[in-house]
Amino acid sequence: MTLDLRNEKGTPLDRQRFTWRELVSPPISKLDDDAFTRVRIILMNGIELGSNRTLHSMARINGPLRRELARVRRVEQHQATMVNWLLPADQSPLETTIAYEQVAIEVTASLALNEPDPYLAQNYRFGLLEDFDHLYRYSALLDRLTGKDANNILQSYTDVRPGRPTIVEHRHPDDDVRRPYDRRAAAPITKLNALTLVYGEQQTQDYYMNIGPLFADPLARQLYAEIASIEEQHVTQYESLLDPDETLLEKWLLNEACEVYNYYSCVAYETNPRIKAIWERFLDYELGQLRHVMGLMQQLEGRDPAELLPATLPEPIKYESHRDFVREVLRDEVDLRACGDEIVPLERDGRASIAYRDHMNSQGSPSETVAAGYRWAPGTEQSPEAPARSQKGMAAQ
Amino acid sequence: MKNGNVSIRVGTNRTGVGTSPLLTQAMLASVAEGLPSSPGNSGAVAAVRIDYARQAEPLGTMPPPATLKGVFKTAVEVLKGNKPSFFLDKVGERLAFERTGSRLYEAVISKFDAYGTWDGGPGRAELVAIWADEVSHFELLNQAMLRLGADPTAMTPSADLAAVASMGLLQVVTDPRTNLAQTLQAALIAELTDNDSWLTLTDLAASLGHDELAAEFQRAHRAEEMHLAAVRQWVTAHALAEAKRGDASP
Repeated sequence: MTLDLRNEKGTPLDRQRFTWRELVSPPISKLDDDAFTRVRIILMNGIELGSNRTLHSMARINGPLRRELARVRRVEQHQATMVNWLLPADQSPLETTIAYEQVAIEVTASLALNEPDPYLAQNYRFGLLEDFDHLYRYSALLDRLTGKDANNILQSYTDVRPGRPTIVEHRHPDDDVRRPYDRRAAAPITKLNALTLVYGEQQTQDYYMNIGPLFADPLARQLYAEIASIEEQHVTQYESLLDPDETLLEKWLLNEACEVYNYYSCVAYETNPRIKAIWERFLDYELGQLRHVMGLMQQLEGRDPAELLPATLPEPIKYESHRDFVREVLRDEVDLRACGDEIVPLERDGRASIAYRDHMNSQGSPSETVAAGYRWAPGTEQSPEAPARSQKGMAAQ
Repeated sequence: MKNGNVSIRVGTNRTGVGTSPLLTQAMLASVAEGLPSSPGNSGAVAAVRIDYARQAEPLGTMPPPATLKGVFKTAVEVLKGNKPSFFLDKVGERLAFERTGSRLYEAVISKFDAYGTWDGGPGRAELVAIWADEVSHFELLNQAMLRLGADPTAMTPSADLAAVASMGLLQVVTDPRTNLAQTLQAALIAELTDNDSWLTLTDLAASLGHDELAAEFQRAHRAEEMHLAAVRQWVTAHALAEAKRGDASP
């Protein structure tokens, strides 16, 4: 399937309508659906909510566009609802967290691999190893708090093992701000990749901030507090890659193109026909929204939006296991650190970040505590076949 | 109704490693390379729990007596060497549980209407009768709180705890994907704890000299015993029937 972004009309904005019944359709099966269907649902909720948030920010600094922004935002809010409500009620917040980290790992890996700008690709690999570690910590929490196996959610697509340890991911804010791409020189895919990651990470931060207090267990509350803080760092990192000199309409146009690209990728890989029909419908909606914003750009800025859009969409995001790539990145880059806007070797770790991290960890490290000696095994660490069967936990008290 | 009360079919469950042997083999090879970043075991979790528990405040308190009668009754009970707030907390717990129980059975009845029943399963009228009992038990406890000079609208600490403990039951009965048989499994959990709790409450009332209340609570307990017996019977009948079902579903 190829799409001509500049000429596709999509569904006109005024025909993008919903009923409450449509918004709340049957959820996927936690047990039977493919893990990547869940991954796509989570990412697309993030993309819709991220776009919605961007458009809200625009409305706060631009009077004349407020009605246009409100019209598109309303549809986006309903799209996000219809997508996010596909998650089933038997999927606990902690199980959903496992899936969020799977999204972060597999999607970031795919974007890192198809990113032509080496600086951005390096940043993606840098963030990837941190989210990879979060999956390991949350898997330990799921096992040790509830006796459940994270692989029931991951379906063996994504590894559960330490990445760059969360305890060393804490950095001074100055060391999370990167250099932006150049809006005039960057390839369209570079812009779409960066927006995808900003939105994915932003929803992850929001999710952890909302569900952290739902847990009774103090270590679970601590772990969510710790990892939500890293997600704030990641949003800072990824959003700083966006060129701040893009005009407001340029940003809006890219926003819509990003949504088109993401639904296009979902359509390419979806295996559940009912969910695929939703992706197809929303791809048409996004093409309609893109068309609408193209018209606004021509009208208000007198610019040809074709200058900013690729003639055809790049290769879709690959919804598949990136095990080999992640292992390679782990092997080569786990010891890297960030200092200023550079990714640096361990020995050049910044003093401000070291001081910040030392203080944050000075009363204990939730991520180290939860995974003390933890090694994932099929069926949890309590499984009789687990190599490092940890039955001594209580006996040690 | 797509599946009636057939709860289990063989399909495409992907959660176990057995459904993805090649991926799992690669996963195990990769996981073997990654060593934990800190030594220890799950006992580390307990240390944090104990540390926080030692500094924790309770969930909350009982409200002061709601009326002058309540103040007087409290004073009398204290003079008798009793702790009236403990009893009121437990009455408040049952009150809240019964009030939620009626909502639970409303959802169960919807499942009856959506999925139907089975040989040896409940009739609609039987479910409605249990629901009506839950409502009347709530009303009984509401009156009891008023007679004791307490505020029946307050959420007592034990009421709060019991609601947290049974959160999953409401999730099970209101999920459209669960059938009547599955919702009755949740109702069975509720009935089991309800039975024990009524027994304790009746004993408490008797031991504190609230003879009239003790008699009323005993009648409620008898009704709850009948609920428990009925739900058990329906659940067992369903399990035996489905386990031996000779249809196409293995």
